[in-house]
Amino acid sequence: MCASPYYRMQIMMCAGTGCIASGSLDVKNALERELAKRNLQNEVQIVMTGCNGFCAMGPLVVIYPDGIFYNQVKPEHAPVIVEEHILKGRVVEKLLFKDETVKGRVPLMKDIGFFGLQRLIVLRNRGLIDAENIDEYIARDGYSALAKAITEMTPEQVIEEVKKSGLRGRGGGGFPTGLKWEECRRYDNFPKYTICNGDEGDPGAFMDRSVMEGDPHSVLEGMAISGYAIGAEQGYIYVRAEYPLAIQRLQKAIEDARSYGLLGENILDKGFDFDIAIAPGAGAFVCGESTALMYSIEGKRGMPRIKPPRSAEAGLWNQPTNLNNVETFANLNPIILNGADWFASIGTENSKGTKVFALTGAVINVGLVEVPMGTSLKTLIFDIGGGIPKKRKFKSAQIGGPSGGCIPLGMEDVQIDYESLQGVGAMMGSGGVVVMDEATCMVDTARFFTNFSVDESCGKCTPCREGLKVMFDKLTDIVEGRGQEGDVEFLIELGHHINNTSHCGLGKSAANPVLSTIRYFRNEYDAHIRDKRCPALVCPDLIDFEVIEEKCKMCGMCFKNCPSDAIVWEKKKVAWIDRSKCTKCRTCIMNCKFGAIR
Amino acid sequence: MPKISIEDLKRIKEEQIGKMVLRGGRYRAKVTVHMGTCGIAAGARDVMTLFRELIAEKEMQDVILTNSGCAGLCAKEPMITVEVIDSAPVKYVLVDREKAKKIFEEHVIGGHVVEDYALAIGSETMAV
Repeated sequence: MCASPYYRMQIMMCAGTGCIASGSLDVKNALERELAKRNLQNEVQIVMTGCNGFCAMGPLVVIYPDGIFYNQVKPEHAPVIVEEHILKGRVVEKLLFKDETVKGRVPLMKDIGFFGLQRLIVLRNRGLIDAENIDEYIARDGYSALAKAITEMTPEQVIEEVKKSGLRGRGGGGFPTGLKWEECRRYDNFPKYTICNGDEGDPGAFMDRSVMEGDPHSVLEGMAISGYAIGAEQGYIYVRAEYPLAIQRLQKAIEDARSYGLLGENILDKGFDFDIAIAPGAGAFVCGESTALMYSIEGKRGMPRIKPPRSAEAGLWNQPTNLNNVETFANLNPIILNGADWFASIGTENSKGTKVFALTGAVINVGLVEVPMGTSLKTLIFDIGGGIPKKRKFKSAQIGGPSGGCIPLGMEDVQIDYESLQGVGAMMGSGGVVVMDEATCMVDTARFFTNFSVDESCGKCTPCREGLKVMFDKLTDIVEGRGQEGDVEFLIELGHHINNTSHCGLGKSAANPVLSTIRYFRNEYDAHIRDKRCPALVCPDLIDFEVIEEKCKMCGMCFKNCPSDAIVWEKKKVAWIDRSKCTKCRTCIMNCKFGAIR
Repeated sequence: MPKISIEDLKRIKEEQIGKMVLRGGRYRAKVTVHMGTCGIAAGARDVMTLFRELIAEKEMQDVILTNSGCAGLCAKEPMITVEVIDSAPVKYVLVDREKAKKIFEEHVIGGHVVEDYALAIGSETMAV
């Protein structure tokens, strides 16, 4: 007998943060118990993978060799999976993904629209490898690119290849990665550093977290390649302390890579030294800005500084430093192995490759998706995202977080690439996409993002520190019914001032959510200000809380759900609201299927 | 763990690919044991265990062993289907440990159909 048991089946259990939160560890324990009960533990292996992407339907289980995809698996389903699928080879129908468009159950991942339309480069290993097993990463060509770079290529050739590939920074700015490296290589001032920016802070974004958790070695390998290219021997991963699982898996990955000699001195016996340390951040949004991030690693207060000098010349501890985003680094292994031409053949004229998006908000398939650059927003939201839940209508998508903007209905054909998004007043950002339906108030949304920026402003520049606060107060006035004629013009002027006179990238874009909602949803602002009305029925101070008699179907749903007994209703009678008891909580509005409350 | 060289990197990759072949990797042969209630009652479990032992013994990393439900011909259970890549699947009936061993040696490893035990070429889901 050979040393390791022969497994005839492998259960891939998603252990991304999303699935762990929905209970995947309990499912794993239940499956282990069931397997042991039937003495199958040497026959069937359970592999804990990184985020599979389809977070909305978690916990997720994929069983190979057939690749059957089960969703929303609970511990109590373990007996039926083991009994039916593993013992008798019968697919458990009720746990298959239910496709609303074809009204049927779909057994295979590749046939589910959510997965079928994606193109995986960054997420190439998702759901396929054990995130904590370096050998499984190696089996999927892991560290082959590093080996190729340090044996067959000079640093200049590596830089040339990355330049030719057209890879641009995935953290938001979109600066060409190869150019950044080239500049950093030019300075003969050692030591140099390469840093991975894992300070993902946009509301609704979780791309980098999933990559760090699900495929940590792909980040390490990319960093080592960049270290070789620019001449750095030390790398840092700056990752927020709110990502404990990412830190834990990265730490294990670093230790495993060191013990194989893939990090440390004389890597692969080729004379290249490179090591990586984790620098946990406390979660300040501004520390995602490159210079603030470097101060934070140095132990100083995280505040952006004036450039030049650029970080490539004088960054961390005033030494030449290269900084790339998690996703940028994860692209490097395939670029080096498959070549720049292959990578450049994917995407659009000026935006090459793919982009990972965290799809959240009012969309059916909430999750992590990777699509080629140039994919339309419509495909992303409707074909992959499955559209808007509760039969509501699409209203807008917010792309680029607090620095980005809203793309309204009617413009959903826009291509996703750096320039096209900027053209419509949004930006690529790091890849958070928040989908909003007709029940979303755009003024309230702008206020939410502005509030975020007020909290996160580092306070160094007055326009950002004070201007955003004024902006937030003005928006509060508008949603609470104190808006005045001229407020919108004031917001536009103030917004331009903030964007034009702030120093760092955050301040320069902090007014974008307000400016872009005014650009596309001016009528909503006007309704709040002139008519003291919130068209989406979100802002409680602008809602009358009265029943429209003609629309009331007398169903009593408002009555049954009201938490403060403010609804008066009897069978076959129109409901009415007792204002003295009403707390304006909006429960009645959310439960009325006929839009009969205004 | 000792420091590795580029050759080691390749070796680890090859070894590990074998362990991950189930996840949609390349495989050369696939053995399906039909394990409906009828199959299990007739001894399919035994056949399955034997195949696992044989595969482990020979350290064959390119062979997938899996199960499926009843193929419909309950009178001839235990049944197995052997698919060697690039050739049509073959269904064997009334398989026991002895027959299974021979099928493994001659068909799975050697690539020659054991005609004496074979029912037909093809699978229950598609007529060939």
